[in-house]
Amino acid sequence: MAEVLVVVESSGGTVKKVTLEMLTLARSLGEPAAVVLGPPGTAAPLVDKLGEYGATKVYAAESAEIDEHLVAPKATALAQLVKSVSPAAVLIGSTQEGKEIAGRLAVKLDNGVLTDVVELAADGTATQVAFAGSTIVKSKVTKGLPLVTVRPNSLTPSPAAAAPSVEQVEVALADSDKLAVVTKRVAEAKGARPELTEASIVVSGGRGVASAENFKIIEELADLLGAAVGASRAATDSGFYPHAFQVGQTGKTVSPQLYIAVGISGAIQHRAGMQTSKTIVAVNKDTEAPIFELADFGVVGDLNQVVPQASEEIRKRR
Amino acid sequence: MKIVVLVKQVPDSGAERNLRADDNTVDRASANNVINEMDEYAIEEALRLQEAHGGEVTVLTMGPDRATESIRKALSMGPDAAVHVLDDALAGTDALGTSKVLAAAISELAPDLVISGAESTDARGQVMPHMLAERLGYAALTGARKLTVEGSQLTVERQTEEGYEVVTAATPAIVSVWDTINEPRYPSFKGIMAAKKKPVATKSLADLGVAADQVGWAGAATTVLSHSKRPARSAGQKVADSGDGGVALVDFLSSEKFV
Repeated sequence: MAEVLVVVESSGGTVKKVTLEMLTLARSLGEPAAVVLGPPGTAAPLVDKLGEYGATKVYAAESAEIDEHLVAPKATALAQLVKSVSPAAVLIGSTQEGKEIAGRLAVKLDNGVLTDVVELAADGTATQVAFAGSTIVKSKVTKGLPLVTVRPNSLTPSPAAAAPSVEQVEVALADSDKLAVVTKRVAEAKGARPELTEASIVVSGGRGVASAENFKIIEELADLLGAAVGASRAATDSGFYPHAFQVGQTGKTVSPQLYIAVGISGAIQHRAGMQTSKTIVAVNKDTEAPIFELADFGVVGDLNQVVPQASEEIRKRR
Repeated sequence: MKIVVLVKQVPDSGAERNLRADDNTVDRASANNVINEMDEYAIEEALRLQEAHGGEVTVLTMGPDRATESIRKALSMGPDAAVHVLDDALAGTDALGTSKVLAAAISELAPDLVISGAESTDARGQVMPHMLAERLGYAALTGARKLTVEGSQLTVERQTEEGYEVVTAATPAIVSVWDTINEPRYPSFKGIMAAKKKPVATKSLADLGVAADQVGWAGAATTVLSHSKRPARSAGQKVADSGDGGVALVDFLSSEKFV
């Protein structure tokens, strides 16, 4: 069986969930081979977890230069690997950097690319969700191999233990790969909460939350549920919550098991980022708010009463 | 500093958008076609750089005839001129093909800096800036929330999942921007009148030296097989809070095994 390359995303020595989802998907397409792109020492702490989800091989393309420059070195290392192993497909996370790597790889290999894929069949037919979740598109790469970016939370990762061999890959970079220099990486506090695009539960606040200070009731409910916190554009534009947490057309797209929209009217701008969530719950004082049209459960009421009461009730039931 | 801003006309994301039944392309005829929202931030950033450092700003668009409206709208914000790549053979072009065409047009303009939106609201692919950088050999500083220019040296703050990265490069470069970078100006009446007289050069594939079989349906490296409307979500249960709305909410979460 041909190898299916899965580009690993990790943070602080931990494999990100989207990678486990892609390994799970890769098993249905061929032999999953994980590709770690990073500075020396990146792969070692990830190998066990990658094996747990079925990686039969781990390619470690490690170089300090990968870390020092933006995107281009990763695409170059990946292109070299694709040329040497001729995989059945290449799966990359549909994150900002993942899509950027895929774009460069497409040009290097003169290969078609599909982004935001939620399913990929063995014959290469990809399913994409377009136009804010309103349209389902079946598409295919017709030139080259299936090169796709897979949207986080598109499938449930399931373990299937394998004992991967680790193969070091030489990284030969050109000067054109080193034009953009990363001089600093700054982590902005998000506390212990899960990452927005990977979270199983997201609690978001909107204009109705009314102030930055009042977002604490959103955070309280989120923390009780082990959820990530999101915000509508109205809330981020008003300065209630940082832009990095915006869910919507111009922000993050999330697809969690449970999405709780608090004080969010449900404008198309917002729906674009969340309407493929499995279960949607809304709290809004306006009974006509469009968010109720897609909510599986809605409470018409004052969020300042309803949300703290819900938090209190969750505590009581523990 | 010579700046090129990439502008894409897209169907308004605030209204219903569709793919055509016959050829699976974006239905532009029934849509309200507007400038991709993120591109307005790119135009604004280019104008601010021009105000600070001088030079010229040129809008570059690839699209059908009706994209002219978006070009005039873009020019009304302040750019000096525009290039419209217009050719019947472009119908059906995918991202890879688009990058060939735009790279050829950019090469001809030979700018110091290309600025684009971080993504378009229709495809949301985020692939174009790096595809262009790859073809042109430019540095790519993408996903910027802040851009500073000192001589030929560029520094951006790139938004990431964890926070941000500071990335530097020398020109020529392509920078893509998020809507956190600035607040785009509204076109003034004077700007709208002036836009009507600004030069818009129309370029065909032949003008750019791109072979027709490299783009359009013939050159596409991907194909859409079919599309369908996702079943609309139906409204579920809605209760009015009469003092125990929070408890009702937790009851629901509990019934769905979330609590």
